[in-house]
Order: sequence, then C-alpha cells, then structure tokens
Amino acid sequence: MGALFAASGSASDFPLLNALIFVPAVGALVVALLPRSRPDLARPLGTLFAAVGGALALALAWQFDAADAGFQFVSQQSWIPALGISWHVGVDGISLWLVVLTSLVVPIVLAGVDPHHDPKPYTAWMLLLQAGSVGAFVALDLFLFFVMFEVVLVPMYLLIAGWGYEGRRYAATKFFIYTMAGSALLLVAIVATAVLGSPDSGITFDLQTLAEGQLLGENTARLCFVAFAIAFLVKVPVVPLHTWLPDAHTEAPTAGSVVLAAVLLKLGTYGLLRFGLYLFPEASDWAAPVLVTVGVVGVIWGAITAAMQRDLKRLVAYSSVAHMGFIVLGIFAFTAQAVGGGVIQMVNHGISTGALFLLVGMLYERRHTRQIDELAGIQSAAPVYAGVFTLIMLSSVGVPGLNGFVGEFLILIGSFDTRPVWTIIAATGVILAALYLLWAYQRVFHGPPAAADRQTADLRRGELLTLAPFVIAAVALGVYPKPLLNAVEPAADKLLEHFEEYSGFKVPELGDPVVVDHGDSTGEHDEDDH
Amino acid sequence: MVELVWLIPALPLAGFAVLLLAGPRLGEPRAGWLATAASAGSFLFTLVTFGGLLGLDSATTGGAGGHGGRWFVSTLFEWMPIGGLEVDAALLVDPLSMTMALFVTGVGTLIHLYSVGYMHGDPKYSKFFLYLNLFLFSMLMLVLGENLVVTFLGWEGVGTCSYLLISFWHERPTAATAGKKAFVTNRIGDFGFMIATFLLWTTLGTVSYAGLAAGAPALATGTATAVSLLLLLAAAGKSAQLPLYVWLPDAMEGPTPVSAMVHAATMVTAGVYLLVRLNPVLTDTALLIIAIVGAATALFAALAAVAQHDIKKVLAYSTVSQLGYMFLAIGSGAYVAAIFHVVTHAFFKGLLFLGSGSVIHGLGDEQDMRRMGALRAVMPVTAVTFIVGWLAIAGVPPLSGFWSKDEILLAAWEQHRLLWAVGLTTALLTAYYMSRQTFLVFFGGQRWDDSAHPHESPATMTLPLVVLAGAAAIGGAVNLPLVGDWLVLEHFLEPVLADPHHFTSETWEKLLLAFVAVLAALIGITVAIAAWLRSRIPTDKLEPALLENVFYFDSTVSNFVGGPGTKAFEAAATADRRFVDGAVNGVARLVRMLGEAVRPLQSGYLRHYASGVAVGAIILVIWLALRGVS
Repeated sequence: MGALFAASGSASDFPLLNALIFVPAVGALVVALLPRSRPDLARPLGTLFAAVGGALALALAWQFDAADAGFQFVSQQSWIPALGISWHVGVDGISLWLVVLTSLVVPIVLAGVDPHHDPKPYTAWMLLLQAGSVGAFVALDLFLFFVMFEVVLVPMYLLIAGWGYEGRRYAATKFFIYTMAGSALLLVAIVATAVLGSPDSGITFDLQTLAEGQLLGENTARLCFVAFAIAFLVKVPVVPLHTWLPDAHTEAPTAGSVVLAAVLLKLGTYGLLRFGLYLFPEASDWAAPVLVTVGVVGVIWGAITAAMQRDLKRLVAYSSVAHMGFIVLGIFAFTAQAVGGGVIQMVNHGISTGALFLLVGMLYERRHTRQIDELAGIQSAAPVYAGVFTLIMLSSVGVPGLNGFVGEFLILIGSFDTRPVWTIIAATGVILAALYLLWAYQRVFHGPPAAADRQTADLRRGELLTLAPFVIAAVALGVYPKPLLNAVEPAADKLLEHFEEYSGFKVPELGDPVVVDHGDSTGEHDEDDH
Repeated sequence: MVELVWLIPALPLAGFAVLLLAGPRLGEPRAGWLATAASAGSFLFTLVTFGGLLGLDSATTGGAGGHGGRWFVSTLFEWMPIGGLEVDAALLVDPLSMTMALFVTGVGTLIHLYSVGYMHGDPKYSKFFLYLNLFLFSMLMLVLGENLVVTFLGWEGVGTCSYLLISFWHERPTAATAGKKAFVTNRIGDFGFMIATFLLWTTLGTVSYAGLAAGAPALATGTATAVSLLLLLAAAGKSAQLPLYVWLPDAMEGPTPVSAMVHAATMVTAGVYLLVRLNPVLTDTALLIIAIVGAATALFAALAAVAQHDIKKVLAYSTVSQLGYMFLAIGSGAYVAAIFHVVTHAFFKGLLFLGSGSVIHGLGDEQDMRRMGALRAVMPVTAVTFIVGWLAIAGVPPLSGFWSKDEILLAAWEQHRLLWAVGLTTALLTAYYMSRQTFLVFFGGQRWDDSAHPHESPATMTLPLVVLAGAAAIGGAVNLPLVGDWLVLEHFLEPVLADPHHFTSETWEKLLLAFVAVLAALIGITVAIAAWLRSRIPTDKLEPALLENVFYFDSTVSNFVGGPGTKAFEAAATADRRFVDGAVNGVARLVRMLGEAVRPLQSGYLRHYASGVAVGAIILVIWLALRGVS
C-alpha cells in the first residue's frame, strides 16, 4: 500500500487523493479495533479521522487549478496488470466539489448526530462510507470505480438496518437488492466495455484510454451505455426506479439520510456524466430523449407525490427525486450552462436536502414523530429552529440569493437552448416545489400549537453548530457561486467538446433570433405604430 | 455621485443583518428606529444618486441601448458566469430605476416610521422590522437590477418577504394560508418570468437590459410576442391582475403597514415596472392583450370593492383595480402614464392603508365598517388625511390621482374607445366605493360600542399620514399636462422608452375628456352621498352577494384546488405506492416464488442430480438426432 502514497504528476507531491480515501478508511479500521470497553472513544476518534479528510479536501480545493480542464492530483499504480486494471485516481472540476462535499458532510454528521447505540460499528461504517464515496468520485479506472461503488453499498445497508427506525429491515433490504440489481448490470457492462473497447495493445479498464479511444462499435456502445445508465438511474433515482429511496430515506438514521442525499445519490448523476457522456458520447446522444424525459417526469412526479406525503421525512425524500430530476435534464441537455448547472445542483442539493434531513431528525428527537398532522405551531415554540428551517426550505424552493437557485437556474436556462419544451415542463416543478414545501411548513410550523407542540425545545448550541455550515454554505453559494463555477466550467466544456466530437451533436449558437421563430424571420417587429 | 448607488440597497440589508443578530436584544423601540434609520439612509442615498444622475448630460446620445447619457451601471461582482452566460450582480442607475427607487424608499421610510407606533407591544416587534428591511432591500434590487436575473432576485425576494409578512401572525390559520397562497400564486407568475428570461437569452444571448434594449428590434415578431405574454404572466402574478389576483385580497391578513407598503405602494407595482422596463420588447398584439387584461381587472375589482365590509378588503380590491389602470396605460403605450400612476397611487393608497390602520388601531382591531362611523370627531388627523386620499383616488382635481388617471384615460381613448369606456366606468365606481368607505368610517352615526374607546394614533403614525397626504395632494405636479415644459416626469423618462408615446388629441378633446372624467367622479360621489350619507337610496340593494363574493371566482378556484386538484395529487401518490412500488415488490415476490418453486430441485441427493443429468442427456441426444434428420 505504501507505493500508493508515492504520487505522480500533479502540483503537489503529497498524494492528496489517496490520502482522502485512506485516512477515513484507516479511521474505520482503527475505530473497529478499539477495545470493547471504550465505546465512548469511537465517535470522537472517528470524527477526528473524518475531519482530517475534510481538511485535506479543503486543501485539495485550495490547490486545485481552476484553469486546468484535465485531471489533477493524478495517481496511478498498477493493480492487476494482467487485466489492465490499475489504481488510477484523479480529480477535475466535475468531481472536485463532490469530493469536498463528501469529505465535509461526514465529519459534520458524525460529530453532530447521536446514533443512540453501538457507536463503534456505526462510526466505522460512516468512515468507510466516506472513503468509498470519495474513491468512487476520483476513480479513473472502471474496475476501481465499480469496487468503490460497491464498497459504499455495504455500510449504507448496515447503517439503515442497524440504526434505522421501525421499518428499517424492509427498507435496507430493498435498498440493497435494488442497487445490487443495477450493479450487476454495471459489472457486465464494465467488463464488456473493457474487453471489446480496449485498444490492440491489450485489455485495459482505464477510463481515459477507453473514452479517448472510442473503439466500441455503435450498437455495442449503446448496449453498454444502457446497462451503465440503468445502474446510475436507479441510484439517482429517476421515476419509476425511485421507490427504494423514500423507504431508505425514511427508515435510515438521520446521519444515514444526510449522507444518502448529499453523497450517494450523486454517484448516479456523477456516473451519468463521467461514465455516460464521457465514455459513450454517441450513445448518450442517442438515448438523450428518453433520459431527458425520465428526468422531467421525475421533477413533476416527485413534486406531486411529495405534496401528498404525511410523513415529513418521506416528503423530503420525494423532493429529492424532483431535485435530482433537474440534474438528469441538465446533463442530457448538453450545454455548458446545463451541465455546469447540473454539477452545481449536485452540490447544492446535498447542502439543502442534507440540512432538511438534519432538521427533520432534530424534530424527531424532540417529538418522536414525523407525522405532519401530529405537529403544529412549532414556530411559536422554537423560533430559531423554524428560522433555520425556513431558510433551508427557501433554498430548496430555489429562491435566488440562496444556493438552490443557482443550479436550478443554470440547468433550466442551459436546457432551454436545446430542449425548450422539456424545460418549460420542468420549470413548472418550480411552482410545485413552493406548493409542497410551503404547505408542509404551514401544517407543521404555523397555526395554534397544541400542548405538546408548545414544549418543543428550540435548537441547542450543538445543533446550531451542526447546522451552521449548511446555512453558511446555502447563503455563500447563493450569493457568490463563482469559485465553484470557475472550477466546473473548464471541465464541463472539455467534456462537452469530447461529447460533440464523437456524437455529432451540435449545441445551437446563441443570439440567433430565428431559433424560436414562427417562420417570419425577416419581419422585424414594428415599434412605430402603437 | 451615481457611484454610491450600491449604498441604496446596502443600508436596508445591513439593517436586516443587525436585526437578525441582535434584534431581540435591541427590543422595542430601538429595533424599529434602527430599521427606520436604515430606510431613511437609503432614501437619502437615493436622493444623492438621483442628483448624480441629473448631473449626467441627458443630451448625450449613443449610451447603452440608446438610453442617452443618463445611464450608469455599477457592477459589484460576477454572479453566475458560465459559458456564454454573463450574469453580473450589477445595479443600474437610469431615470426609470431612480423614479422607482425614490418613491420606494420615500414611502418605505414613512411606513417604517408608522410601524414603530403600529407594532407597539407586539411580541415579535424586532422580527417585523427585520422582515421589513429585508423587503426594502429586495424591492430595491428589483428596481435597481441591471439585468433580468438581478431583478428576479428582487422579484423572488419581495415575494418571500411578502410571504413572511402576510403570515406574520402565523398562529392564525387564515394568515398562514394567505401567506402560502400569495407565494404559490406568485410562483405561477415567476414561471413566466423565468421562461421569458430563457427565451430572451437564447435568442439575444444576453440578459442585461442594455443588451436587450439594443437587441429587441431584431427579435422576430412571434418571439417578441411570446416574450411579452410571458412577461405579462409574470406581471399579472406580482401585480395581481386577472386571473392571478386572488392572493392580494387575502394578503390583508398581514399587519396593516405591510398592506400599505408591500401590497399597495411598492411590491405590487413590480409587474408594471417590469413591463415598462422591457418596453422595447412588447409587440402590438401583446400590448392589446395587456390593455384588455388591465381594463378587465380594473372594472372587475372595482365592482368587488363596492360591496366589501372589511375596511382593508375595500382597499385591497381598489388596489387591484388601480393596478388594472396601470396595465391599461401600458397596453395603450402610455408607459409614462403608467409610472406616473404608480407613483401617485403609492402616495394615496399608502395613505389610505395607513389611515385604515390608524382606524383599526384606534378601534382595537376592528375591521368591519359596519361597526365604525362618526370617527372624524375622535380621530381628526386620520380623518382629514383619509379624506385627502379619498379625493385623490376618486380623481377630484387638482389632487394627484386626477392627473395620472386622466392621462391613462386619454391614452385609452386614443387606443380603443371601448377600453376608455371601461376605464371611465371604473373611475365612477372608484369614486363611489371610496366615498362609501369614507362615509361609513368617518361620517354618519356611531356604530361602535363606547367600550371601544377609539382614539387618535400616536405621532409616529400620524406624521406619515400628514406627509403622505401632502404628497397625495400635490404629487400630480411632477407631470402636469397642457404646458409642455411641465411634463417633468415624461421628459425625464423618455430616454428609457423605445417608442415614447405622444398624445394626438386636440387640446379641446383633452379638456372634454378630463371634464367627462371629473363628471364621472362627481356622479360616483353624489350617489354615495345619497345612499350612505343622506339615506335617500336604500342601501340593502347596493351590496349584492355576487359582488360581495367577487363573482365567486376565488371560491371556485379554491374549491377546485382543494377538491379535484387535491384528489388528482392524491391519486398520483397512491399510484406511486400501489403501482410503481407495488410493481417492485411484485417482482420481488415473483422472484421469491420462483425460488420456492425450484427449491425442491436442490434436494441434496446425489441420485436426483444424477437422474437429472441423465434425463438431460437423453433430451439432448434426441434433439440433436432430430436436428440431424431435418
């Protein structure tokens, strides 16, 4: 393993990406090996490991060269040479912020959310989740990606099954089987892609070699893409492959829900970008109409079903389906704004939905219910809590000035260029988002509080500290998203260039007044006869 | 001096920040004074910037978008730059933005001051001013934004603050519902705003107003009309036009200063501002539709105002009706008249709302006019200022409302006689219902219990009334007709307009129309006197249920949303559970059943497996043999 830390390539000699994976992984091991007599050490120690990962991620963002569109901090070690499999990691503008998000969210929820029992295994699994997720986001080898993709699955399953609520077993099993089914397809497709798409020099699982080579035949590539896409679409999830999500989210412990929303779902959309658009440009273009459709259907269906949920946590879960649908639309709209907006939305959805799950969890701790009709008038009893909830809710609704708007707006404005009709339909989701969130807010927070509601305690200092990073990020990224966009843009542009080169898709030129014309291109509209 | 424009929104934002962190500690009345000071400072810097703008040479041509020399952009930072999209956090100083900012901060400051007294004793005193400052900041971003997206920031910001302020007394279910209704209904308009932005960006490649004004003539007519109608949808949401007006009457659940500031003087005029700002894009077809929507809304809401009993509901429907006038003006191409009416309306409607608040305050939260009457003796300042507001809105010369309404009617006359007739009818109704209100509240017999102890409001509340009454009285002076040089507002705003409107009527025609308008107002007032003051006309027939219930429009919509609408959503959720998820669990069950079915095969007995192999081998041999034959 020591060889892995001998970096090659990038700006820094320190193998930052490997450290980002191995620090939490080693942390998981250390926590697991703690003596049984000292379970109290698990969370502090685990938080420390996770936080070191967070600090390293910030260092990564700091050292990241936004002008460089390619992969940075690259580290490559031979792993299974006979099959052309290597430990190949690197980060670009598309994965950078997801790595940062993952590495920051896990320490925050580890520190801020009490698992109530068995802290030792809980902490170890959370750390492994962090390691696996980061690994999946930086993997540049198909096989390595698959391993990381699967590594993530196990701790999540155990966290739901071990620390969840009443229906946890059903939810955990459903989650596991559902995503496993997708993974099976993924594995077959990965092997097929490597076997059939490798250059003559020998088989390889290297993402860049395969993507730049484009050696697969058209039909084979399409078939492989479909398998990849299904695995990712389950993860996103899109309608109708989404029903594992509300169960998993609702039954998962708070920290699990937060990580699930903030990080795990992104594996799906990230995968669609990295292993869809990049690896199969022509097939992506071919399948885009279907994918855009399922994305937009998700936006509307997620919103409508969210509105009718009786369980607050389930409502947030369904809102996730709607928000993730926007990202799918953005990715397959193939413009810089839409794809860039999609990446931004991945981060912002993590912040706002992650915070919503934290908030719902805090309410459950107090009231031991999440049923909307068993709650009322909470704002009177807990104004600070209500204030934070309002802010995050507005962020989720997409009010400008807060983070949620940026991604949504960029996705929509970018998608309108190539897919105006779908964009118009998706934009109605903006109305629906206001409807379901404000309606739920009214029922839970407004109105006259009952006796039990009156006794709902406001936020404690520790909880405020847990929420503070989310609140700060929501405002900061809403007001000044430029640093994120600056890093995302070159990578998104490069990806789209690659995509256009191999797919034959052409993004229409802007500023062409006849794009939406109704045939009358010469008749400038006359201002003189009002 | 124009460089200081950033301070205009920065001060209320700073006020918001301080109140957020230290509001409860500041407490009453310091939190209120702080917010008022922030607003006053903002007004001051608007004056300074305005002075700076006047200092720029208006004669210079060739400025951005043909706006002449009076055009200054202050870019704060790049907001969302990606690909070809440039969205700057930038403020625009031009005649239109300054006209809006002046009355927004001016009237806004008076309403802040008024609230210091009105909100006395409220347990959430500091939070009220927190929202009020945030609202002012958003409203200023809306009017000062240099591009559609910054305006949208303000647009959504005022919508959010409106939601927070309407549901301020959130333990009251009606207030909570009204806040939600306002936000969601506005979002329908926001949808139009967004699509219009997308369409403009994809066709013209820019979202900045300068770029849009320059590019608009090149737009194909179909595109321009589509954009115009989407903007109308946006404006109809924010400015409460048919059919999206339904949220505004309900918004009266908020504290009265909010009704005055947000739902009468400032926010609801945002739609008018947006259409005027993008006037180069509007096509003739779109203008006609805007005029029709405006005229229809004006008449519809005026009819509703005739039969309301709640003192604020009358004013709410009146506001909807007056906003309709502004849309009628825009649709007639008379953009200056629209903005002129925005300004005078801010004065007299702000005044009337604050006056009604003073009455409600004095009567211990009584809002039903049937339990008022004869209040002019106990509330002299409120009464006198309210009367000024009444005469101004009724269109009695020389008060401000007369001048702006007269211009709108003239423009409508030249555009379409039918629209003028609707506008004139509305003017008559306006004079009537406002007279009815004034008489019911301040004149006639006492209909309240002596235990109510009505009293005049404190100075913090009456001072704004007096100032606004002064403005409502003489505000028309900014744009007096007949003598060309007196059209100050028109000349000032002209550079912003792609196609400045010029009245073609002869002077005698104008005078005749003005005379007819005044006559209509006098008829309205006379009927009201006869009915409500002298009791010459039986009043029981003057408040038909159809009008009191506003043609049952809102209740029909609500019943639909609450009935079939909710049912459809519920059906979707059920389908999600039963069919989508049911299918998943069905597959799982199927797999398990298959597993159970084939489990006996896995018996563990070697002889079973061996016989299986043997049978298989035989079948294979037979199959091969058969294939070989054929």
